[in-house]
Amino acid sequence: MADIQSYTINFGPQHPAAHGVLRMVLEMEGEVIRRADPHIGLLHRATEKLAESKPYNQSIGYMDRLDYVSMMANEHGYVLAIERLLDITPPRRAQYIRVMFDELTRILNHLMWLGTHGLDVGAMTIFLYCFREREYLMDCYEAVSGTRMHATYYRPGGVYRDLPHTMPKYEPSRFRSEKDLKWLNRDRQGSLLDFIEQFCERFPAAVDEYETLLTDNRIWKQRLVGIGEVSAERALQLGFTGPMLRGSGVEWDLRKTHPYEVYEELDFDVPIGTNGDCYDRYLVRVEEMRQSARIVKQCVDWLRRNPGPVMIDDHKIVPPTREEMKDDMESLIHHFKLFTEGYCVPAGEVYAAVEAPKGEFGVYMISDGANKPYRVKVRPPGFTHLAAMDEMARGHMLADVVTLIGTQDIVFGEIDR
Amino acid sequence: MADSRKALADGLREAFPEQLVDCHERLGEVTAVFRPGGLATLMRSLRDDFRFEQLSDVCGVDYAAWGQDEWITEQASGSGFSRGVRGNSFARLGLTGVYGVEPVTTNTGERFAVAYHLLSISRNQRLRVRVYCENDDFPMVDSVVSVWASANWYEREAFDLYGIVFDGHPDLRRILTDYGFVGHPFRKDFPLIGNVEVRYNEEKGRVVYQPVTIEPRVLVPRVIREDNRYAERGSSQEDATHG
Repeated sequence: MADIQSYTINFGPQHPAAHGVLRMVLEMEGEVIRRADPHIGLLHRATEKLAESKPYNQSIGYMDRLDYVSMMANEHGYVLAIERLLDITPPRRAQYIRVMFDELTRILNHLMWLGTHGLDVGAMTIFLYCFREREYLMDCYEAVSGTRMHATYYRPGGVYRDLPHTMPKYEPSRFRSEKDLKWLNRDRQGSLLDFIEQFCERFPAAVDEYETLLTDNRIWKQRLVGIGEVSAERALQLGFTGPMLRGSGVEWDLRKTHPYEVYEELDFDVPIGTNGDCYDRYLVRVEEMRQSARIVKQCVDWLRRNPGPVMIDDHKIVPPTREEMKDDMESLIHHFKLFTEGYCVPAGEVYAAVEAPKGEFGVYMISDGANKPYRVKVRPPGFTHLAAMDEMARGHMLADVVTLIGTQDIVFGEIDR
Repeated sequence: MADSRKALADGLREAFPEQLVDCHERLGEVTAVFRPGGLATLMRSLRDDFRFEQLSDVCGVDYAAWGQDEWITEQASGSGFSRGVRGNSFARLGLTGVYGVEPVTTNTGERFAVAYHLLSISRNQRLRVRVYCENDDFPMVDSVVSVWASANWYEREAFDLYGIVFDGHPDLRRILTDYGFVGHPFRKDFPLIGNVEVRYNEEKGRVVYQPVTIEPRVLVPRVIREDNRYAERGSSQEDATHG
């Protein structure tokens, strides 16, 4: 047999398993990885610099485009930073709506992760199953904000508008039979809250289905168990957060330890792993989906019982309604000033972190008193996780790199920013 | 929580009387400003003695344009209020020159700063550490990669975007910008639209770089307003303006 020599291979950036535009230079020895050097930045859009050149509210939409599979969680971090600088608190109802959508977003993100992770590792069906449920959540986004992905729904001082009383329905078309139409609209007869509640009723059974497909699946376990093991100590050193940290057995969840909004009042558990391998992280995320559904249910109950405002009543920060604007001079001035100049934020600095589906999403914001932030630094969870790729991949086989990319839940929108 | 923050600030004052420049608590967060000398040992002590096991974030900041606005809102002149047409901030869509960015030449020793966000999981605390680089022309601070492995990419990022050099970093390469990129794009005197753009040249059969062709135009001017609502809080945090 010929001697195997070490060589370098290039992985990505146009590789379907690279989850976007990851380019990795892998130094191999036979099929074993000796060193992995991820090259990032191919999707760098200078979001932070753009945010420095715009009034505060105009950058909320950019935050959606960071981690483009957990959109509202990013908005939340950004909006929270502004609110802390302005020293304002949104109304309770807005806080509940935010928490509800944060958790729907967590499910949305984990479904995307589970589907693509399965696809990378060789399980086809799970992808279709996940996207089946994901579609309902996209509809929730659309119902509340008008867009399926980039919602721009959270605003400093609350959320853009209250939850709709009716759920949009599929319309008759010659491509759809009467029966199909009825089936598609079966849970769209009531309000958005009814729709979400029905989703939560159904969802645990759907998670059971995913688990039937994967949890005891021999191939799935062969590909995941014992791959990318990270000890709790190393996970802290490497700056892991979210499911990556909890998979290694560290009980740390910002929703419990630094409760923001109304997480203190909600009942949920934080799952942790023991071995810190890909399989444990899979189990953690699956359990998180169940817990999220539980939180959403509690939010739905509260929101049904407590109508009220969803925005603070300070027109120096929040634009007045269209109606007010039409017959009140003061409101017209407020509207004009807010949309031409924006509002000035008192000088200071703040670091606001939320437990995004992928980990700690932090926004470090410095203001010098102007209508634009002086500096915005986004702390994306995926960035630190990908930085640990070298350490995690060393000594593994080439095929395991794909598993590692999957388990890290890489999204390039947030890593490159 | 407030007590623990106060205890942390007191502990820092006691432990690092020489290196600590300023330590304050605002908006529920403790910020400590240290001198850059001996940063790596100091950070090691923060990790081991103060139990900050995790480094959440490293952020470069360029303070060159601090407090600059483009629209005079207080005084009226013979020709009325300024219209904010002539810009002087980096945010202008323009190159160096009349409508664009003026190069920063003053050496204040406080232009570049690095902000570290530390997290203690065992004590459930956060701390922000800020260090100003002494030399504006060649900003340099100690690397903390040996203390927290997660600093590696964050320091590469700050180097790439701000040109801050981290002494002792094992592999200080550019990370986010293109291969062969010139300049440090997040500095305040780097124009928002950049200096070069790429296009495909058919004759040469490859992608070429050329100077940007975008026309400069005025977007929303940068305005700083003295707002009475914040008067009370503003006085308590007056030195929040620039550390």
